[in-house]
Amino acid sequence: MTTTTPTARHAAPPATNAPVRGRRSPLASVALHVTLIVASVVAVFPVLWVLLTSLKPAKYATTTDFFKETTFENYTNLLRDTPFLTWFGNSLLVAGLTTLVGVFISATTGYAVSRFRFPGKRGLMWTLLITQMFPVAVLIVPIYNIMASLGLLNQSAGLVITYLTIAVPFCAWMMKGFFDGIPREIDESGYVDGLTPFGTFWRLILPLAKPGIAVTAFYSFITAWGEVAYASAFMVGDENLTLAGGLQKFVNQYGAQWGPMTAASVLIAIPAALVFLFAQRHLVTGMSAGAVKG
Amino acid sequence: MAVDTPSQSVAKAAGEHVARGRSRGTGTPRRAAKRSLATHWYAWAMIAPVVIVIGVIIGYPLVRGIYLSFTDANERNVARSIGVNEIPATYEFVGLENYTDALTGSQFLGTLGWTVVWTVSCVALTFVLGLALANILNRKIAGRSVYRMMLILPWAVPGFVSVFAWRFLYDERRGLLNQILSGVGLDAVPWLNDPLMAKFAVIAVNVWLGIPFMMVALLGGLQSIPGELYEAAEMDGANAWQRFRNITMPGLRSVSTTVLLLSTIWTFNMFPVIFLLTRGGPGEATQILVTQAYKFSFEISPRDFAQSSTWGVLILVLLMIFAAIYQRVLRKQGEVW
Repeated sequence: MTTTTPTARHAAPPATNAPVRGRRSPLASVALHVTLIVASVVAVFPVLWVLLTSLKPAKYATTTDFFKETTFENYTNLLRDTPFLTWFGNSLLVAGLTTLVGVFISATTGYAVSRFRFPGKRGLMWTLLITQMFPVAVLIVPIYNIMASLGLLNQSAGLVITYLTIAVPFCAWMMKGFFDGIPREIDESGYVDGLTPFGTFWRLILPLAKPGIAVTAFYSFITAWGEVAYASAFMVGDENLTLAGGLQKFVNQYGAQWGPMTAASVLIAIPAALVFLFAQRHLVTGMSAGAVKG
Repeated sequence: MAVDTPSQSVAKAAGEHVARGRSRGTGTPRRAAKRSLATHWYAWAMIAPVVIVIGVIIGYPLVRGIYLSFTDANERNVARSIGVNEIPATYEFVGLENYTDALTGSQFLGTLGWTVVWTVSCVALTFVLGLALANILNRKIAGRSVYRMMLILPWAVPGFVSVFAWRFLYDERRGLLNQILSGVGLDAVPWLNDPLMAKFAVIAVNVWLGIPFMMVALLGGLQSIPGELYEAAEMDGANAWQRFRNITMPGLRSVSTTVLLLSTIWTFNMFPVIFLLTRGGPGEATQILVTQAYKFSFEISPRDFAQSSTWGVLILVLLMIFAAIYQRVLRKQGEVW
């Protein structure tokens, strides 16, 4: 797996906790491995079980065998008989647009908050922080009514706008953390060379902040991809559902259809996991930058 | 960018007079004022998009939501259009009635009690387990990156998918967990159908979901602690527990205060786990404030928008009070936040 690089890089000097004198006793090593194995099994098993179930014929979905007459019939049925692809497209559109617009709007704000002192900065920071505490419940009713009056209920555009209420403050806050990690000397060298703050941001800082932007984009994508409350409330009718709403159809309306359900789960998890793998190279760096200096 | 050209000259002019740009305050006061105005102008232009977006799509709905909580709005009396007919809103201002109802009735306080239990147990378990795993992963150990990948997996899979996976495992009649139990001769456990078991079940799922974030964040914190500290401590004869207590814990302080605050807020508002796993049931046993507020406005008939908004505002107020107290405590302990 390609992900060995980041850990290796971080741990390049002797791993921080490793005893310097003397080695760990074999018993301790075994205990550590056992702990990790148990934890890994618990972490992986539910997901693995869904994958295995999706490969069994639907009538055997609830058997305990790991493999039974391995087949792709759940997948072919899912793609043929259900609006899964439509839901998938809806989700992709909504999550993609949210990410794009969210990151685009909030990048300059993250930079401004990170570098400048200006009247209103404190207020803005508090606003960004507090909006992240907003429970769904406080905005969902007014937004629902507003969308209804604008005719945007059941529309992807309406959902994107709604998701921006989550994505924008979050992206701005997170990017501030990343910009904080870029030395100010770089900005100063830009000013000395006659760049404006915008020029400095655009030509010097933004290229350096690419990992941070990737991680931020990844978070907003995942958040929008997995959002449940707004999607369930705003979107109705098979045509307009996103995946979060669509999956509920399999377990509620027609009883529990575990066959298509598990196949759909696998297909949904794959793009998210791919994006995740792409971003996770920067994950530790990003989290600590965001968390320590946030 | 369009704004580049005119502003460049300003910056250049400033740069010619003062070698180090914004940082030094030489020159006449008037020029300094001008320069600071220019700086603020940049900053304000940069934050403008976010300020506008927040104002329009968060500020306005928030004000409306707060207003709704002072009315008796429900599905039947809000403005709506049926076909071509526009029906105007007929709901009325009722003052603090919704709030007194919520705060004196048993439903809000009961739900709040369970929400607090839910939040505290989820955050505490997630933190302790995440810290333990981060500590193990921070050692030299064979296959570390493979373990790390597997342990992060619950985070990589979208939450609603995992919740359905758990629901599949928890299924009372044919779920894997009960089949295993019956395989070893035990009675089936009504994981999601018994009020108490359901509470344990939802907490377990949320902890499972939350550990990877906690672990990765704390691992980042651990890796920023210089190894020399441990070496020095070991020279002085500190044992493993003393090193953990006196080096690791203080070193993790700033990361852990942030992730604890974040994860408390997230868990308090954790909608999908409860909604998709139990819908707040059996009865209202696992209903937290957020899911109950959602139920008021979208699952009961007639939809009670006013009560839902009231609960939403109360949740927000509670969280803000919590964050303020948290920050004050940190500040008292000398933490800059």
